[in-house]
Amino acid sequence: MTAVTAVPELNPRVSPIEGVRQSLTLAWRTVVQVRHNPWELGDFSIQPIMFVLLFTFVFGGAIAGDTSAYLTFMLPGMIVMNMLFVTLYVGQGLNTDLTKGVFDRLRSLPIARWAPLAGRIAADQVKQAWSILLVLAVGMVLGFRFGTNLASVLGAIALLLVFALAFSWVSVLVGVLAKDPERVQIFGFTALFPITFVSNVFVPAETMPGWLQAFVNVNPVSILADACRGLMLTGAEATPIIQTLVWAAAIAAVFAPLSVWAFKRRV
Amino acid sequence: MNHAIWAEGLVKRFGETTALDGVDLGVRTGTVLGLLGPNGAGKTTAVRVLSTLLKPDAGHARVGGYDVVNDAHQVRQLIGLTGQYAAVDEMLTGTENLLLIGRLLGHPKRQAKQRARELLADFGLADAADRAAKTYSGGMRRRLDLAASLVGRPPMLYLDEPTTGLDPRARSELWNLIRSLVAGGVTVLLTTQYLDEADELCDEIVVIDHGRVIASGTPGELKSKTGAQTLAVRPEDEVHLPVVTSVVAELAKVTPDVEGQLVTAAVTDPAVLPAVVRRLDDAGVVVTELALRSSSLNEVFLSLTGHPAEEDEETERTMA
Repeated sequence: MTAVTAVPELNPRVSPIEGVRQSLTLAWRTVVQVRHNPWELGDFSIQPIMFVLLFTFVFGGAIAGDTSAYLTFMLPGMIVMNMLFVTLYVGQGLNTDLTKGVFDRLRSLPIARWAPLAGRIAADQVKQAWSILLVLAVGMVLGFRFGTNLASVLGAIALLLVFALAFSWVSVLVGVLAKDPERVQIFGFTALFPITFVSNVFVPAETMPGWLQAFVNVNPVSILADACRGLMLTGAEATPIIQTLVWAAAIAAVFAPLSVWAFKRRV
Repeated sequence: MNHAIWAEGLVKRFGETTALDGVDLGVRTGTVLGLLGPNGAGKTTAVRVLSTLLKPDAGHARVGGYDVVNDAHQVRQLIGLTGQYAAVDEMLTGTENLLLIGRLLGHPKRQAKQRARELLADFGLADAADRAAKTYSGGMRRRLDLAASLVGRPPMLYLDEPTTGLDPRARSELWNLIRSLVAGGVTVLLTTQYLDEADELCDEIVVIDHGRVIASGTPGELKSKTGAQTLAVRPEDEVHLPVVTSVVAELAKVTPDVEGQLVTAAVTDPAVLPAVVRRLDDAGVVVTELALRSSSLNEVFLSLTGHPAEEDEETERTMA
């Protein structure tokens, strides 16, 4: 074989600033998808709205003796539950890109290796903020009222987003391991339903048998729900907020390296 | 001649499967190389290695003088990749798909929009520019996919089975697009399962099977080696079978295959057909079938390897 064609000097690597810009471009892509198909968010948003209505008006009277008292108790937890389901978007979107070959195209471009994943996760944060506001809005229409100040409510939203960011790594792992996007959803529902229901979101833990209480009390869903109740209703409490942050750090510490490992194996 | 793409001794294993078993190939600048082979031959793996998506287990490859492993980022600045599956975002419109690539390549917004418009017009997608890609036909998606790989005007282009699954019209449209790209100076590495596609588009063909190169050359050279066409003759009366077989053997200069009453042989010279007609007519043999048709990939494989092209699953695509 003969010598290869001489070419001009090319850039040997991507700068971190370019990488951030590329991630934002890829996040833009996901947000545009939502703009084209706003009902996509409805898939996940209708369910919590239905749950809000169902639990408030059907079970609320029986559980709390009063529908509006129950709405106040349940809505912060409902937001936590919804947030967990919305993280499934990351895995689903990632899996769609992997199975459809979009990921190969992105990887063949001269962009930062981490940009596609970072873009996905950044876009998911936008969806999270949107769906948190949506559930809050429905709650307020039904009569939910904050008992604290604006700073505390924003703090609750920030805490939810931090936890969502950490939990997104679980979704990334599922998205990388699953054969197709449907399986991501199936996994999500089978895993998330017990985790979210076996918590203090819908009923106080004290009403459950002792062995179940043990689980409910360490379940990060309960802890985050407690933190949000405090921040939205009765005043911020340090313990659940700190515990939530510890849980978030632990989840990210386990699942981020696992996801990256699985990702490198698949592509 | 300079080689834009050059690979030596590429080996890639997936567990027990050896997808590439020491592949050498070179694509001269400004030409089209066809990588021809059945499913599972290793074509896609070769493209994935040459486009930096996979690291080879052994061997090395250079694209535009840059090593695909050590200088992957530079290689990515030189290549466009159109995969087997139209890799477009179905939720985005045609324009948005191209805009996304342009912005990722660091083009300013106005320039990216301009380039998107230009490509959509060139690829006959101007009318569908603002429709979501999921509403596109198969041919339109492939064209959009090809357009997406050209946003950065790459000097080297990989086309992995660009026409698989397309109807004949969409296929010939895509062929014309590829020809005009080559006329514009782009170097192309194309994989295909179709002999006619390789024949139509390629300056050189490398035939691979089970991860090994089993033949290479210009389409003309390959045809003369393997027989580009197949002559088929079926005598009406079984008693004439030996006569037919010997006439075909003599004129085609190969030992014909006999299956039932059908005699087939690979031929390189189209003049064999009229010669066979005259000889059989002279001998008073009546035939119910007499045809000269293009060899299929199977027949080429049969003559190159002695075994038919196996319909293996593309093992390299199966994932956990």
